[in-house]
Amino acid sequence: MAIFDRRLMLVAAGAMFASGPALAGMGQPSPWQMGFQEAGSPIMEQITAFHTYVNVIIVLIALFVLGLLVYVMVRFNEKRNPEPSRTTHNTMLEVVWTVVPVLILVAIAIPSFRLLFAQYDFPKADLTVTATGSQWFWTYEYPDQGITFASIMVQDADLKPGQPRLLTADHNLVVPVNKNVIVQLKSNDVIHDWAVPSFGVKLDAVPGRLQKTWFRAEKTGMFYGQCSELCGRNHAFMPIAVQVVTEDEFNDWVAKQKASASFDATGKVAAAH
Amino acid sequence: MAAPSAQAHAAHDEHPYGWRRWLFSTNHKDIGTMYLIFALIAGIVGGLLSMAMRAELMEPGMQYFGNPEVFNVFVTGHGLIMVFFMVMPSTMGGFGNWMVPLMIGAPDMAFPRMNNISFWLIVAAFCLLVTSLFMPGAPGANGAGSGWTVYAPLSTKGIPGPAMDFAILALHVAGASSILGAINFITTIFNMRAPGMTLHKMPLFVWSVLVTAFLLLLSLPVLAGALTMLITDRNFGTAFFDSAHGGDPLLWQHLFWFFGHPEVYILIVPGFGIVSQIVSTFSRKPIFGYLGMAYAMVAIGVIGFVVWAHHMYAAGISVNTQAYFVFATMVIAVPTGIKIFSWIATMWGGSLRFDTPMLWAIGFIFLFTVGGVTGVVLSNAGVDRSFHDTYYVVAHFHYTMSIGAVFSIFGAWYYWFPKMWGYMYNETLGKLHFWLMFIGANLTFFPQHFLGLAGMPRRYADYPDAFAGWNMVSSIGSYIGFAGVLVFLFGIYYAFSRKIHAPANPWGVGATTLEWQVPSPAPFHTYETLPRIK
Repeated sequence: MAIFDRRLMLVAAGAMFASGPALAGMGQPSPWQMGFQEAGSPIMEQITAFHTYVNVIIVLIALFVLGLLVYVMVRFNEKRNPEPSRTTHNTMLEVVWTVVPVLILVAIAIPSFRLLFAQYDFPKADLTVTATGSQWFWTYEYPDQGITFASIMVQDADLKPGQPRLLTADHNLVVPVNKNVIVQLKSNDVIHDWAVPSFGVKLDAVPGRLQKTWFRAEKTGMFYGQCSELCGRNHAFMPIAVQVVTEDEFNDWVAKQKASASFDATGKVAAAH
Repeated sequence: MAAPSAQAHAAHDEHPYGWRRWLFSTNHKDIGTMYLIFALIAGIVGGLLSMAMRAELMEPGMQYFGNPEVFNVFVTGHGLIMVFFMVMPSTMGGFGNWMVPLMIGAPDMAFPRMNNISFWLIVAAFCLLVTSLFMPGAPGANGAGSGWTVYAPLSTKGIPGPAMDFAILALHVAGASSILGAINFITTIFNMRAPGMTLHKMPLFVWSVLVTAFLLLLSLPVLAGALTMLITDRNFGTAFFDSAHGGDPLLWQHLFWFFGHPEVYILIVPGFGIVSQIVSTFSRKPIFGYLGMAYAMVAIGVIGFVVWAHHMYAAGISVNTQAYFVFATMVIAVPTGIKIFSWIATMWGGSLRFDTPMLWAIGFIFLFTVGGVTGVVLSNAGVDRSFHDTYYVVAHFHYTMSIGAVFSIFGAWYYWFPKMWGYMYNETLGKLHFWLMFIGANLTFFPQHFLGLAGMPRRYADYPDAFAGWNMVSSIGSYIGFAGVLVFLFGIYYAFSRKIHAPANPWGVGATTLEWQVPSPAPFHTYETLPRIK
C-alpha cells in the first residue's frame, strides 16, 4: 500500500497548497481551483458574471428539489403517514410548475443572448493573426507583419523553472495589451480547437474553412490554453501559449522577428520537423 | 385493473431446451433475459475501460498508457460500449422486452422472430466493436481513437486503419438492430394492448418505451446514412466530409448530432418510465399528473429533434444559428421540470417505503436534477464558449447518463428482479450497492465540474499539474463506484444461491400494473387468455 500512501500525501500536500495564497498566476489553472480562471479579457469578465448569475439560480433549484425530497421522505414515510392520499391532480400546481420555469428561463435567456451577441460583435482589428492547427502543433502567422513560426510543446525534460508542464510552448503567440486581436483559424489535417480560458475564446480550426474569433487582453503576462477538439494521439500535447506584452515591447519583438532569419516566413515551420 | 384468471397461466411451458431455446428464441422473456445478460457483460467491459482511464488520470504524467492514442481508443470504446451496448440493450432490449408485453396484457411482442434477429445483431455488432480494439487504427496504434462522435476528418484521414471501419460497421449493425426493435415495440404497443388498455391507461414505462422507439426509428436512419457516407469517404473515394473536394466536415457533425441528441433521450427516457413505476409503487399512490407525465416525455422527444447543434457552439456556426439553438434547448427544461415535480408530487401525501428500488429512484430524481440544471447552463452558447469540450461537459452528461440512466437501470433491476427470476434479492446487499454507487458516482463526477470550470479539456491522456487534486478525488470515487458493481454482482450470486421464492407481488398494494398479477417468475407464456382492463 506504499504507493497509495504516497498518493494520499499528494492529496494532503495539494490541500495545503490550496489553502495558502494562490501561487499560480492568472492565465493558467491553480491546484484545487473550483471556479473559472481569472478573466483576462472583457468577454471573459462577461462570461464569468453571467455564469455566477446562472450558477446561483441552478444551485437554488437543486437545493429546492433536494429540500422537497428530504421533506417528503421525512413527512410521508410509511411510519408517519400509513394511509396514502389519492390526490393525482392539482391544476393550479401544474400550471405553476410549468409557468415558473418558463419565467426563470426568460430571466436566463436575456443576459445569455446579450453575452452571445457581444462575443460575435467583432471590433476593428488592431492586430490580425492566423493560427493553423496541425497534428500536433500550432503555426502562427502575422500576415501584416510578415512573421510566421511554429509553436510546439516543450517536453518535460526541457522545462525551465516556473514553466508549467504541458502548457509551455517553444514559441509564444505574442500580442500587445489592450488591443483587439482577431484570430483566424485554419487546419492542415483534422479539426483542432484554439482555446484560451482566460480570454473566453474557443473555436474549432476546421480544415477547408477560415474561421475567426477575437480577444482583447487587458493585462500583460502569460496566458495558456489547450487544444479543445479531439485530434488524435497528441491531442493533449499541443498547448496554446499567448504572451501579452506592452505595445512597445510588441513593436520591439516584431522588429526582432523580422531581423531574425530563423523566423523567416517559411523557414521555421520547415525546420520544426 | 382486473386480474387475469389464474387459468391463463396454466403450465404451457413447453419450449425447446438447451442452446436451441436461446439461439432460436422468439419468446420476449427469454430474449429480454439475453439482452440483460448481454448488457451486463458489455457494461463490465465498458466499466473496466473507464477504470483504466481513471487509473491513468489519477496522477499527472503518463503512467499506464504508453501511447496516448491507446487512451483515446479506451475513451472511444467506453463511450460506444456504454451507449450502444449497455444502456440501450438493458432499458429497451432487456426491461422493454420483458415488461412491455406483460404491462399491456399482450402474449408476446408483435414480431417474435424479428425480436430474435434484433438481439443477435447486437451481439454481432459488439463482436465487431471488440474486434476493432485489436485492429490497426491510427498510425502506430490499434483501435479507433475517434471518440464516440467519430468526427471527420479524424475518422477518415486521421485513422486510416481497419479499426475505424470495424467500429463504423459495429454502429451500423447496432443501429439496424435498434431500428428493428423500435418497429417491434411500436407495432406491439399500438396493436396488442389487451381489451380496455387504452393509450391513456398504459403504464408510464410503456409510454416511455413508445416515445423511445419513435426516437430510435427517426434518428437511427440518419446515423446509418451518415455512417455509409463515412465508409464511402474512407474506402471508395467520395468526399462528403472532405472540404478539399466539395464536402464539409461540419456536414458530419450536423448529421451525427441530428442522431446524437435524440440518442441521449433514447438513453434516458426509458429511465423516466422506470422511475415513475417505482415511485408510484413505493409511495402507494397513483402517479401525479399522469397525462402531463406522458406528454412531457412526448414533448421532450419532439423538442429533442430540433436542438442538435447545441453540441456545435464551438464549431464555427453563425451567431444567429447559435441563438436559435440556445432558445430551443432551453425549452426542454420545461417538460423536464414537469417530470421532476410530478415525481415529488406523487410522493407527497404518499406512504413511502424505502426498499432498494425506491432508493435508486429517489437518487435518480435528485442527481438527474443536478445533471439537468448544468444542462441549462450549457445550453447558453455564450457560457458554453468556456465549457465546450471541458470536464464540465463530462460531469454534466455523466450526471444524466452515468448516474441518471444507470440508476434507473439498477432501480428496474431490483424492482423487477422478483418478477423476472422468481427470487427475492437481498435488501442489505441492494442497499450497500446503492450507497457505494451513490457516493462513488458523486465523488467521481462532482469534482469534474471544478475541473471543467478551471479549463481542463476532455479526452486528455495527461493534464497540467494544477488539475491533479480533483482528478485524484475523481479516480478514488470511481474505484468506490466499481466496488459497488462488485457488490451488485455478488448480490446476483447470493440471490440465485439462496433461492428465496418471491410472491407474485412482493411490493404490496402500490404495485398496480399487470405484471404483478402473473406469478413470479413470470411463466414462459403469459396471457393466453387476454386480461380485460376495466
